[in-house]
Parts: sequence; structure tokens; C-alpha cells
Amino acid sequence: MLSLERLQSEVTRALGSDVMHLSADRGELSVLVPRPRVADVLRTLRDDPVLAMSQLVDICGVDYPERPERFEIVYNLLSLRANARVRIKIHADEIAPVPTATGVYSGAGWYEREVWDMFGVTFAGNADLRRILTDYGFEGHPLRKDFPLTGYTEVRYDPDQKRIVYEPVKLPQDFRSFDFLSPWEGMTDVNMRLPGDEKAEEKK
Amino acid sequence: MGITNPVQLAKANALAAKLGEEVQDKGFILAKLDDLLAWARTGSMWPMTFGLACCGVEMIHAYMSRYDLDRFGMMPRASPRQSDVMIVAGTLTNKMAPALRKVYDQMAEPRWVVSMGSCANGGGYYHYSYSVVRGCDRIVPVDIYIPGCPPSAEALIYGLMQLHRKIRRGNKVIDRV
Repeated sequence: MLSLERLQSEVTRALGSDVMHLSADRGELSVLVPRPRVADVLRTLRDDPVLAMSQLVDICGVDYPERPERFEIVYNLLSLRANARVRIKIHADEIAPVPTATGVYSGAGWYEREVWDMFGVTFAGNADLRRILTDYGFEGHPLRKDFPLTGYTEVRYDPDQKRIVYEPVKLPQDFRSFDFLSPWEGMTDVNMRLPGDEKAEEKK
Repeated sequence: MGITNPVQLAKANALAAKLGEEVQDKGFILAKLDDLLAWARTGSMWPMTFGLACCGVEMIHAYMSRYDLDRFGMMPRASPRQSDVMIVAGTLTNKMAPALRKVYDQMAEPRWVVSMGSCANGGGYYHYSYSVVRGCDRIVPVDIYIPGCPPSAEALIYGLMQLHRKIRRGNKVIDRV
């Protein structure tokens, strides 16, 4: 197994000037690379005799609405030979397409479809960039921060038309306002006094 | 079916002896049509397999040898044409809803639906989600709701016995008002 220092130096050697930012933190190596170079970077890491990143474990997206290029696409790579993992990140937005990784890892196709489905990031060169998880005819990209949790439509069976119909969301039960004082829901401060604690103290 | 209560066992034996006499004496047995229908309907309810999520695993437990739904004559069917009851076990998503309705429409009458678990009952954990139906009763009429997340196999069997009871009490050939 490659040590983190060794892995870092090998990745720096292999990628050269493509490394925009590199962080080795908590035993994990993340590398930020330029968007147009991502396919070449992946190919370099896969074909490097020492690193041999033979598996693409996952491609996922992250939405940071405050950034000018709001999305981050994350490629998780695994090397069976070196027993090491590398995370490749690129920045992306709604418009500029990302070069597809299907030429390097043929399994990338469905991951890119999922990123397209959830975030609306396009991949240039993916031959089958359809939605993969959401409903047929779904509109919007649900993992974007500006997508409402409940979405825009809901379904029900219409006995007159004898089919499933789509209607605007009408919530019969409002969002619950979670009571963070309750010991059952996310109490993080151990010194916090709960309503009713004074009764226990009176007894003493 | 395992009758362990000695009183029930004696009753069952007496019934069997009486039936035997009737057949010996007359060559036929008289019974109420309602009871006969209820007996036939509850005796072999073949469920449509509709395991959608973790509830499906509990449903499988109920079928397997420990709980053994087969002693109620219940055998999971892969075809809606052969099924009497559909157990909606798990999260029903928007994308799955038309398929669920289609399967329900393909089932022959009389048919029943058991909604198993919080997600099928009312969306459960995913009630506010953009992709989940808030209760499978928006898609098909439901006879029995089984609470739980997921309900244990015993809970499912209890729910099915409640459905048996419902069938025995309802669906009369002639409604006596």
C-alpha cells in the first residue's frame, strides 16, 4: 500500500501542471484539476504503471450556489495494484459541458447520467445522456440547492380518466417545525437546560 | 394449521367427524354460501409480490420457513393474473406509481390490497420528498394498513389475519339489511 506522502508525490509527478490544488488530509488525497483536462487526467492516472487507478468508484456532484462556477464534480478512483484511492475534483456550471470520462472508464456513462439528472451538468461526448433516476418527464434537477424539497408535482390516480395524473404539490400536512430543545432531536450542547430540568434540581 | 388449544382441537375433531358422517349418510354437505365463499377466499390468498424496499425483506421473512405463510395457503405469485391480494411493501415512488396501478388493474376480482409499512401508508420518512407518493392509497384502494418501519413479519401476518377477518365479515352474496 502506498503511503499518503508517496501517493501525493506520484500523483504530482504523473499529473504535472494539471494539478491546480492538492490536499492530503486525514489520509485522503484530493486533487483539483482544470475542467477541459479531466478526461486526460483520468487516462494518465489509469495508465500510470505505479498508480494504475483501474477503477472508477463513483462520480458525484456538489452544489455550492455562492460560487461563480457553482458545481463541483468529484471522481473517486481506486487502484487495486497500489491499494490507494484518489479523489479528482473539477469545477463546473450549468452551461459549460464537462468532457466525458466514458472513453477512459466505460462505467462512467451511468454516473454521468446521474450527475446530469441530479445537478444538470452536461457531459460532452456521453452518447446517452438521459435522465437515469427521476420520473419520466421529470423537470428540474433535484439535488440543486434551489430545488424545493417537495418538488413541483405530485401524482394520484384519477378514477375518471383511469390513469395516473400529475398535479401541483398540495401538502395536507405542513412542514414540521422541529423542536431542537427536545432531547430526541439533535441536542448537541450537553450543558443546555431543558424545560422541566428545574424540577429535578428542586428535589436535590 | 397448527391448532394448539385443546378446546379448539376438540371442536375441530368434532367438526371433522360430523362432516364425515354427513358425507357417509347423504353423500353431500350443506353449508351457507357466504361461509363457503369466505372459506374459499381466505383459505388460499395468493399475494402479488410487490416488494419495493426494506419492507419487502420482512415480507420475505414472513414467507420463509420460520413464519411460513404457506400454512395459510399463501404463496407469492409473480403474475397479477394469479393473485388475490397485493402487498404493497415499501416506498412507492412517482415513477413506480403507474406500474403499481397497472398491476392492480390486471388482478382478477375479487382483489384486496394490503399497504405495508409507513412509506406505503403515507409516505413515511419520505413524506416531503419530490419523488415519493404520499401513501399508496392515492393510487389504489387499500383494505388493510400495517404500521411500522418496517413492520415485523409477525405484524404482516397479523395484518393478513385482519384481512381474513374482513373478508369473512363482508362480501355477502345477499345483503341482509
